[in-house]
Amino acid sequence: MSSSNAAARIETGSAPACPAGGGKTWRLSGDILFHTAARIAAFIAVAVLFATVIAITADSWMAIKSFGVWRFLKSSEWNPVTQTFGAFPFIIGTLVSSAIAMALAVPVSFGTAVFIAEIAPSWIRRPVAGAIELLAAIPSIVYGLWGLIVFAPIFAQIEPWISQTLGEIPGIGLLFQGPPMGIGMLAAGIVLAIMILPYISSIMRDVFMAVPSSLRESAYAMGCTTWEVAWKIMLPYTRTAVIGAMFLGLGRALGETMAVTFVIGNSDMISSSLLMPGATIPSVLANEFTEATTRLYLSSLIYLGLILIAVTLVVRFLAVLLIRRLGSREGAST
Amino acid sequence: MLNVSISGKPPTTTQSNSEIKMPVKLAVRNLNFYYGKFHAIKDINVEIHERSVTAFIGPSGCGKSTLLRVFNLIYHMYPGQRAEGEVLLDGENILAASDYLRLRSKIGMVFQKPTPFPMSIYENIAFGIRLYENLSRSEMDYRVRHALVGAGLWNEVNNKLNQSALGLSGGQQQRLCIARALAIKPEILLLDEPCSALDPISTAKIEELMYLSKENCTLIVVTHNMQQAARASEFTAFMLDGELIEISETTQMFTKPSDKRTEDYITGRFG
Repeated sequence: MSSSNAAARIETGSAPACPAGGGKTWRLSGDILFHTAARIAAFIAVAVLFATVIAITADSWMAIKSFGVWRFLKSSEWNPVTQTFGAFPFIIGTLVSSAIAMALAVPVSFGTAVFIAEIAPSWIRRPVAGAIELLAAIPSIVYGLWGLIVFAPIFAQIEPWISQTLGEIPGIGLLFQGPPMGIGMLAAGIVLAIMILPYISSIMRDVFMAVPSSLRESAYAMGCTTWEVAWKIMLPYTRTAVIGAMFLGLGRALGETMAVTFVIGNSDMISSSLLMPGATIPSVLANEFTEATTRLYLSSLIYLGLILIAVTLVVRFLAVLLIRRLGSREGAST
Repeated sequence: MLNVSISGKPPTTTQSNSEIKMPVKLAVRNLNFYYGKFHAIKDINVEIHERSVTAFIGPSGCGKSTLLRVFNLIYHMYPGQRAEGEVLLDGENILAASDYLRLRSKIGMVFQKPTPFPMSIYENIAFGIRLYENLSRSEMDYRVRHALVGAGLWNEVNNKLNQSALGLSGGQQQRLCIARALAIKPEILLLDEPCSALDPISTAKIEELMYLSKENCTLIVVTHNMQQAARASEFTAFMLDGELIEISETTQMFTKPSDKRTEDYITGRFG
């Protein structure tokens, strides 16, 4: 389609009515070159993705054959001695630590974004926004070391207080039992929350600041408070981008390796308590990859990686579904 | 159900050249307004009569939109903007009031570009009502319907109340915004060039809506359209460079203005 267009334009360009025909032809051939380059780039990106999935599937084939799909997913036995492997504790660990991170990071991101976009006087906006964005520049290994050396000992002091207060509540109290170790699922969730905060909040801030001022003014003109404008006008107006920002953060949390490995405790036991150690798919890969002495062990680890890709794809799919549903609930908007 | 919002004040004296008996709703005394260092409104004194339509005309940048932003206290949102003087709503100086959220509910505002909220048509109306009143579902249905009928929108939207307001045409969106503002029963409605983005038919509908609304409400409209001021208003004020040049009854203003500059502007010699 584009090449026939280009041909048509070359013809008009070289028509005698246009004295600058030569220059135009040169620009058009440059344009064709650019089209081709863009196409190749897009093809390479897709090809790399498919090649990766195929390679990982091939490498995990041995584990898939030995344990099947469903049995591997729901088995919680991870025993290199008997060579039986199951993914369940790591899937749970990945999902739970990311859920904690999201539960903490999303409200805080919303708050900082509203503060920067709506409340803060202009001289304080840049420093606050810059400081939050700097969080994203810290390498994850530094977060991990900080989590283990600084955060965990402090958190170990707070944990007894958590189990005495939240732990006493019937029902959700089960989530806050156990000895105060500092490291564990909750600690990993908190460190992850700090890591994904800048991604979510900076996108939220940008889209909030892009809300037309006439829309904000007309809400204020009705007597809305800042909270009502932020929650009922700006958030629905920007929901597609906000959901996108949340899932970008979630994607990072699901795949985060180093920081989590340092603070999660690395246990393949499933505990009802968030204060107890656990493991995620990336953390078990980082921990055990060098120790995988047999081919089945290695294959099982790669199989875990395949599952992580699948989890990320499912999350992405759910995000698209969520945006579609919210969109259809409000009629033909956007 | 009438939107009774008449103040209980006795009529005060009006301008000498006017025979209108309506009391003064909004009185502006020695108002000055600054955007930082820029002096946008210079010592304005004006009285707006209850249940009338007052049009503000003048060239771009003369301060007429700024005046509306002062009346609605929307300038509070922006540091560096300040007002001096008095704006008396039923004798109470709103510039000195601390409870400006409540005051904004009394002084509604409609903007130049339609600003439907990102929600359904029904929710656009219900949203404002919900800020001030706690109504049952059936009462709310009634109020939303009442507002849409009042704005002449009901027949156009009654089968798609739950669809997004963003899907309406520009004229419909603007009438929805007016209906939304009127639904919370303001005492004054400010309209900032409400028709400048609309076609003639939508403009006519909005002018009709303005005419009907003054039953319950005092309207102030800023417009660039001299015909609109002549058609839709009882009083017209002419502003130039932040000053109020003159205000009088619209018929008088457009037939024999007392100031040379007004005459020049109306006859199209500048602006």
